Amino acid sequence: MLAAIRPDSVNLPLFLHVLGAMLLVGSLLAVALATALGWRRSDDAAGLSRFSLLTLLYGVVPSYVLMRIGAQWTEAEQSYPDDFDPAWIGIGYVTADAGALLTIVSVVLAIFGLRRLRRGDGIRLARTVGVISILLLAAYLVAVWAMTAKPM
Amino acid sequence: MDLYDWLVFLHVLSAFVAAGALTALWALIFGSRSASPILAPDSAIGFGRVGGILVGAGMMGALVFGIWLAIDVDGYELWDAWILASLVLWALSVWAGTAAGKAFAGDPVGGRRAGIRFQALNSVGVLVILVLMIWKPGA
Repeated sequence: MLAAIRPDSVNLPLFLHVLGAMLLVGSLLAVALATALGWRRSDDAAGLSRFSLLTLLYGVVPSYVLMRIGAQWTEAEQSYPDDFDPAWIGIGYVTADAGALLTIVSVVLAIFGLRRLRRGDGIRLARTVGVISILLLAAYLVAVWAMTAKPM
Repeated sequence: MDLYDWLVFLHVLSAFVAAGALTALWALIFGSRSASPILAPDSAIGFGRVGGILVGAGMMGALVFGIWLAIDVDGYELWDAWILASLVLWALSVWAGTAAGKAFAGDPVGGRRAGIRFQALNSVGVLVILVLMIWKPGA
């Protein structure tokens, strides 16, 4: 039924959008999980912090780009009328744009955090990045709801 | 929200949990390379255990809500080719994921190569299921 109301040209960009979103959620999950484990295991807090910051740089950033490009491409292929402005697309933009801002903040913190970890410091910065990741996961939960339930 | 909206949301959310946890486990594999492991063995085992549980929960949720959707929606049937193919791939992925977990848990160093092989098989299965869910060939 859904396939019948969606042009075929949307499938590839939609696939890339969903794949990017899944990789993004997974990378954020890894950052959040490592941060949570680091709180419980003080003996390996430095290793877990380094792991979470590297995952943010190598996982979160490229998957965000894939998700965002896929979203824009999908919307372009759908050829919506100019006055088509449903709430679910608005929620998607708000979470994506706020997510971009928080991701940029996290990248800056991660770069400084990785430098400080080499000097035996930086765990607090990694934990801040972990908390931001948990906030982003909550925001993307709302985005998944909006993309599937499609409130008008 | 009606029942259909809830089922789609829970089906997609479960798929995100499974694919997300698989991604997190790939991060763990890269982060625990034997040449230069970032994580201590205890941390890696704890991370892998939580990741494995999340993959299992997500796969189970995606299956249950997916079958419910196929029954609830008039346009789909459980015996549609793309749904049957997805169910077969789901079973293959669960088998590979279980084998990966056993290989890593049994011997994190010696079983690593086999574990990565099974993890790759699991991931490819989930990726092809995603392709089937988007393109719905024959629907």
